[in-house]
Amino acid sequence: MITGSIAGIGAGLAAIGAGLGIGQIGGKAMEGMARQPEAASKIQTAMLIAAAFIEAVALFGVVVAFLGTK
Amino acid sequence: MDLSHIFNSKKVLVTFFYAVFIFISFAKAHPSGAHNSEVDQTETLTSGEEEDITKVILHHISDAHDWHFWGHGEHKVGLPLPVILWTKKGLVTFLSNKYDNDKKGQTVFEEKGQQLVNFHDKYYYPSPEKNAEGNYVTLDENHIPTNAKPLDISFTKNVASMFISITILLIIFISIARSYKRREGKAPKGLQSLLEPVILFIRDDIAKPQLGYRYATFMPYLLTVFFFVWINNLLGLIPFFPGGANLTGNIAVTLMLALCTFILTTINGNKNYWGHVFKPHVPWWLYPLMIPVEIIGLFTKPMALTIRLFANITAGHILILSLISLIFILKSIFVAGVAIPFVLFISLIELVVGFIQAFIFTILSALFIGMAIEEHAEHGA
Amino acid sequence: MSLNPLVSPDPGLFIWSTVAFILLFFLLSKFAWKPIVKALNERERSIEDALSKAEMAREELNKLTSENEHLLKQARIERDEILKQAKILKDQVVNDAKVLAQVESSKMIEKARHEINNQKAAALEDVKNQVATLSLDIATKILRKQFEDQKKQQALVSDFLERIELN
Repeated sequence: MITGSIAGIGAGLAAIGAGLGIGQIGGKAMEGMARQPEAASKIQTAMLIAAAFIEAVALFGVVVAFLGTK
Repeated sequence: MDLSHIFNSKKVLVTFFYAVFIFISFAKAHPSGAHNSEVDQTETLTSGEEEDITKVILHHISDAHDWHFWGHGEHKVGLPLPVILWTKKGLVTFLSNKYDNDKKGQTVFEEKGQQLVNFHDKYYYPSPEKNAEGNYVTLDENHIPTNAKPLDISFTKNVASMFISITILLIIFISIARSYKRREGKAPKGLQSLLEPVILFIRDDIAKPQLGYRYATFMPYLLTVFFFVWINNLLGLIPFFPGGANLTGNIAVTLMLALCTFILTTINGNKNYWGHVFKPHVPWWLYPLMIPVEIIGLFTKPMALTIRLFANITAGHILILSLISLIFILKSIFVAGVAIPFVLFISLIELVVGFIQAFIFTILSALFIGMAIEEHAEHGA
Repeated sequence: MSLNPLVSPDPGLFIWSTVAFILLFFLLSKFAWKPIVKALNERERSIEDALSKAEMAREELNKLTSENEHLLKQARIERDEILKQAKILKDQVVNDAKVLAQVESSKMIEKARHEINNQKAAALEDVKNQVATLSLDIATKILRKQFEDQKKQQALVSDFLERIELN
């Protein structure tokens, strides 16, 4: 049980990092789209890819949490 | 294609997922403390039940040898599936319901001269002697048997679900292909017009930008991967029979898909790609550092693909099951009033996530293949 | 450390999914993606063709229209030119006629004056002749009358003679 909780905290920390990253991406993408609405679809695709990469980091954290819990 | 609404929901989902994840972690931590101090009998009971709920959730999201519909024990209704084991004495096959009344490994059965034991729906070679709990398995400190296992190539729930999805895909797309032939050059109709934008989306927004003029070679792979992942994500969200098997949330399947991309990347990699790996544009004394990093980079890409899809879909399933389990954890029917709308909401988000993850998997596959077949090195020294 | 079953890939499922996915890939490639992608490309091409043809037709039409306009413009210019020339010609003709008339009339006037002068001269001549004749007649008559009287004749001759001085 204890290991599970620590793993949960770890996953939470990973989520903080990913949340900051995705927040940055989302914010900047919005700015970009506001500035250049005609490039919105391209920005969205690039944003989703970047978000996927960042999300992967958080998910690695989650998977490590899974590894910790039996 | 406008994806802004999807992204917004995605952010909401991510927030929710982690919020609930952390909540559950702490919720679990608290009763365990109570359990340790052994203050109250009921507390321990609750804690034990929560342990059961964790098991139920894990059972729901993992593979099984039969397709369980409803009921337990005597009243269990389900679809038995063939078990196929490659044992020391050759191929052993039987239907899963033949030996599934004892899943604790207390009885040893013999099939085609091979002694086997069923422990938590997994088949092991039995230990020569019972252990203290009366099981014919030897457990390690984590309650995982250390017994040798035959190679289990059973037609499990996930395999059955996969074949259902494959049948659906074949029926849909072959009929669409036929209608394309029949109504050549005309506007699409029915199913055709439903899926044509998706096919065009994959071609114009995924394949062409990432792969350039060679996109046509990889279109069949990308289309197959996209629709395979998508339909299995959607089938996984259906809580009853044709769906419900957490196929794309199973790491073996996502690993297989990622390996397909990895193999395509590797065999299509051109001079630039391998040059980038083995002769990176850095001073020569950095080679001992850079080459291993690049080689590790080759393998982390499919790993990330594997884990991203697996973790996203599994997380969605765990989230939905956890919310439903809240009713049983808090032992109040009124919780359902909150939990069920939440489940509905998360399910709707999961529908979108099912599409997004299929899209992400496909676009990253295209990106990796595109990096491998890129003609010019875009970095300047 | 043994892995959580959730994150340890199951070899059986891995084998099945590999076989199934490859099967799906080949079946779909052969029976679905190939005809679908081909049909989509062909349809796009035909749509593009139709569009470019429509564009061409429009251009043709535009060209025809502009040609028509051009012709019309030219015709208008030509008409204007013709009208202008006609006007110039008319003016010239009128002018010429005027000049000619003037010349003619002045000639005629001149001629008339000449004639008048001639006539006048002739008339004067005639008058002179007649006057001369008449004077002669008168003189003759007067002389006759004078010479009828002898004495008077004598007187006259002497008068003359007196007047004539032999110098």
